[in-house]
Amino acid sequence: MSPPEKSIRVMDADYITRTLSRIAYEILEKNRTLDDLALVGIRSRGVPLARRLAEKLKEITGSEPPVGELDINLYRDDLSRIAYHPVLKTTEIPFEIDDKTVVLVDDVLFTGRTIRSALNAIMDLGRPSWVQLGVLVDRGHRELPVRADYIGKNVATSKTQDVIVRLTEIDDADEVVITDPPEVAS
Amino acid sequence: MKLSSRHLLGIDGMTAEEIALILDTAEGFVQISEREIKKVPTLRGKTVVNFFVEPSTRTRSSFELAEKRLSADALNFSANTSSFSKGESLLDTAKNLEAMSPDFIIIRHSEPGSPHFLARHIDAAIVNAGDGAHEHPTQALLDAFTIRKHKGRLDGLRVAIVGDINHSRVVRSNVLLLTLMGADVVVSGPPTLLPREFDAMGCRMTWKVEEALEGADVVMALRVQHERMNAGYFPTTREYALQFGINSTRLKLAKDDAIVMHPGPMNRGVELSGDLADGNRSVILEQVANGVAVRMAVLYLLAGEPARETTA
Amino acid sequence: MKRLLKNGRVVDPASATDATLDILIEDGRIAAIEESIEPGKSEVIELEGLTVCPGFIDMHVHFREPGQEWKESVATGAAAAASGGFTAVACMPNTVPVMDNRALVEFVQAQAREAGMSRVWPIGAVTKGQDGKELAEIGDMNAAGAVAFSDDGRPIRSSQMMRMALEYSKIFGVPIIDHCEDPDLVAGGVVHEGWVSSRLGFKGWPGVAEDVIVARNILLSDYTGGHVHIAHMSTAGSMRLVREAKARGSRVTCEVTPHHLVLDHEAVMEFDTYTKMNPPLRAAEDLDGLLEGLADGTVDAIATDHAPHHCDEKCVEFSRAPFGVVGLETAVSICLDRLVHRDIISLSRMVELFSTGPAGVLGMDKGKLAVGAEADITVLDLDREVTVDADDFESKSENSPFLKWKLRGGPVMTMVDGRIIHDRR
Repeated sequence: MSPPEKSIRVMDADYITRTLSRIAYEILEKNRTLDDLALVGIRSRGVPLARRLAEKLKEITGSEPPVGELDINLYRDDLSRIAYHPVLKTTEIPFEIDDKTVVLVDDVLFTGRTIRSALNAIMDLGRPSWVQLGVLVDRGHRELPVRADYIGKNVATSKTQDVIVRLTEIDDADEVVITDPPEVAS
Repeated sequence: MKLSSRHLLGIDGMTAEEIALILDTAEGFVQISEREIKKVPTLRGKTVVNFFVEPSTRTRSSFELAEKRLSADALNFSANTSSFSKGESLLDTAKNLEAMSPDFIIIRHSEPGSPHFLARHIDAAIVNAGDGAHEHPTQALLDAFTIRKHKGRLDGLRVAIVGDINHSRVVRSNVLLLTLMGADVVVSGPPTLLPREFDAMGCRMTWKVEEALEGADVVMALRVQHERMNAGYFPTTREYALQFGINSTRLKLAKDDAIVMHPGPMNRGVELSGDLADGNRSVILEQVANGVAVRMAVLYLLAGEPARETTA
Repeated sequence: MKRLLKNGRVVDPASATDATLDILIEDGRIAAIEESIEPGKSEVIELEGLTVCPGFIDMHVHFREPGQEWKESVATGAAAAASGGFTAVACMPNTVPVMDNRALVEFVQAQAREAGMSRVWPIGAVTKGQDGKELAEIGDMNAAGAVAFSDDGRPIRSSQMMRMALEYSKIFGVPIIDHCEDPDLVAGGVVHEGWVSSRLGFKGWPGVAEDVIVARNILLSDYTGGHVHIAHMSTAGSMRLVREAKARGSRVTCEVTPHHLVLDHEAVMEFDTYTKMNPPLRAAEDLDGLLEGLADGTVDAIATDHAPHHCDEKCVEFSRAPFGVVGLETAVSICLDRLVHRDIISLSRMVELFSTGPAGVLGMDKGKLAVGAEADITVLDLDREVTVDADDFESKSENSPFLKWKLRGGPVMTMVDGRIIHDRR
């Protein structure tokens, strides 16, 4: 039996909604127009975040940018280190990305390795003119020179903590929770 | 989700969940073969030896392409260019290959059980690319993938497989896979080429080809190998085509939307008439295309470390 | 020198004995068998709780000498026999060169004498070079000590040659032992033709290929009056043919091997070359047929067909591995555990199949515990826990399908001419 984990909720549903609205405005501010702009969510939880952002942008401007889904498993640098290979989902980007501005969307920015994989994956699909990055949470501890253009919330964490993002499209709630690792019984 | 074995030796021993996992995973790889840059870095730094002790063009090409699209380093080692033909034993040859530290050995061999033999003695993950008349698991997987694409399912389908059942590894893997996934499989061919008690594998068996084709969703013709043609199993290829060849008249017995398959290479006008092979119900070329995706999926799934008990 | 075997349970089918008795051995012969013998000056060997049987005979082994000594030699084979509880074995002539002349028959016997273990009785080839074309010098070999004649390893293909052999062998009263296999029907078969061969994609070795030759041999034996012995019989069909022939009074005898009695073709599903032999492991129905023949008296002998092969030769693809398994050092334990302890046959019947049975086929006055007879004795422990381990084998080869099997019962002492040649009490 593992001991109870300590967990702290750092974002709730309202907080997430407000944050996404802010990011939508920031995207408009930075790009001025939605022409040639596309959102690409990184599977799994980047996808619903990208869709929510697209809806916000539609509410604000009346036009909805296209949304794609990116599976980065084939581009991971740790495949030979993990026991389970993640079930491969399809990448669905039903539009040309050549000369587009692509906003990559993910839930948590941590080491930067996922983003590195996503950049490689995107580059194999075409040649976007500009790639930007939006994340709901930036928890620090980068291992690669990666930074986000849009950040929902900066959260100070220790490396051993887990940051769990739950979204109603996939989970049973909208929240961001930090948990301490279960103490190892000696 | 993962495969329980680090080798792919055959369909025998696999579960329906594992088959479904491979087929689902292959969907993701079809895309890669359709885009501009048909390559992903997934197996970068991994070495794959294509150890073909029996000649093969299409299976080897398909594996090679799958390996290259996954960015693995592929090494081809075939019987006619190696010391293998000079009397070195399979084990010694394989030990030599092992010394090059491959992560995978893809083996094609004329003797049943050769991949199993290698798996017992060699560290690398072994993939069976056809062992005698025993199994050809990736062919069965790509056939199943192709069928699923057209029919949306495998469960409950009627599949007729017609030809030289005796000498076919394709039919054995297909019968094991399709019956495991809930299909109703009937095999047919001359009684001289129907192995004894073959129905113990879970299929039906008949030498009345019309009976086999009746109501089929899928019709698969098997190659009649040249060396069998003069071995007395049937009088002449002409008589074989008359009795067992799949042609448009016979195909009328199958469902209207039945698809026509062939694992290749094909003898046109013997086991399958040319008009059917080229017709709109033929999925033969799709089978070839899907082969690459299925083999990529197999390599991808086998590339993980051996399973540990605790993983989140 | 006198030895007294004390308090053992004596099982001797020849005299229908099953009782606790003492056996006195003097000058290599049995001097007395009585309820209680005073030891006097003799060496006492206490055998309470153990079973004393006439020396076991394995009438079908391959000792590979001359020619393939890396697999086995006469000396190591005879040591394996002693370890397995056999006091005598008959060895097949498919050596290199073939044992088809007096010189080789004498050579093998000389090697056996030098080894000083179990008795080794040569079986001469029926035809020169075992190639089925001309009769070998059967009379001369018989005079030199050959006890039977066979082209084992291959069948006598020509019916005419089989007829000649059966006619000619009548002069000497020796059996012709045939490995029954129609080569055209087998043609490249490696495992029994049935659902296993069909599933694994192997060329099948159909049971009927044995049956047709057994039928031919019985008909030729009836016609000529010669004695034909069917080696390693493996099918229910052959058993039926032999049973019917015996009922008619035909001069036909037969043997079965332990592996054909306890394993069926499902054992090859793992592609283990140690399950590859000729004839192949058969279907479950065949096992039933063989066990029936064992119990009803149709079978004359259990023989091992001990066929040693070096592990390197077996460590290849299944179809390319040589046929054959070793059997001398597992046969008795297998039969005790799987046949006697499971009440398929009685202990006395098992002893018969290993003693008077084969002695009778070979026409030899052996296989019994009688006053005046040579003291060839096998002592069994019916409850000994045995784990089959190749490291314990005296044989040079380890190609047994029974490795790691745990069995109850086994031989504990082997005695030839009153001399202990193996002892693990």
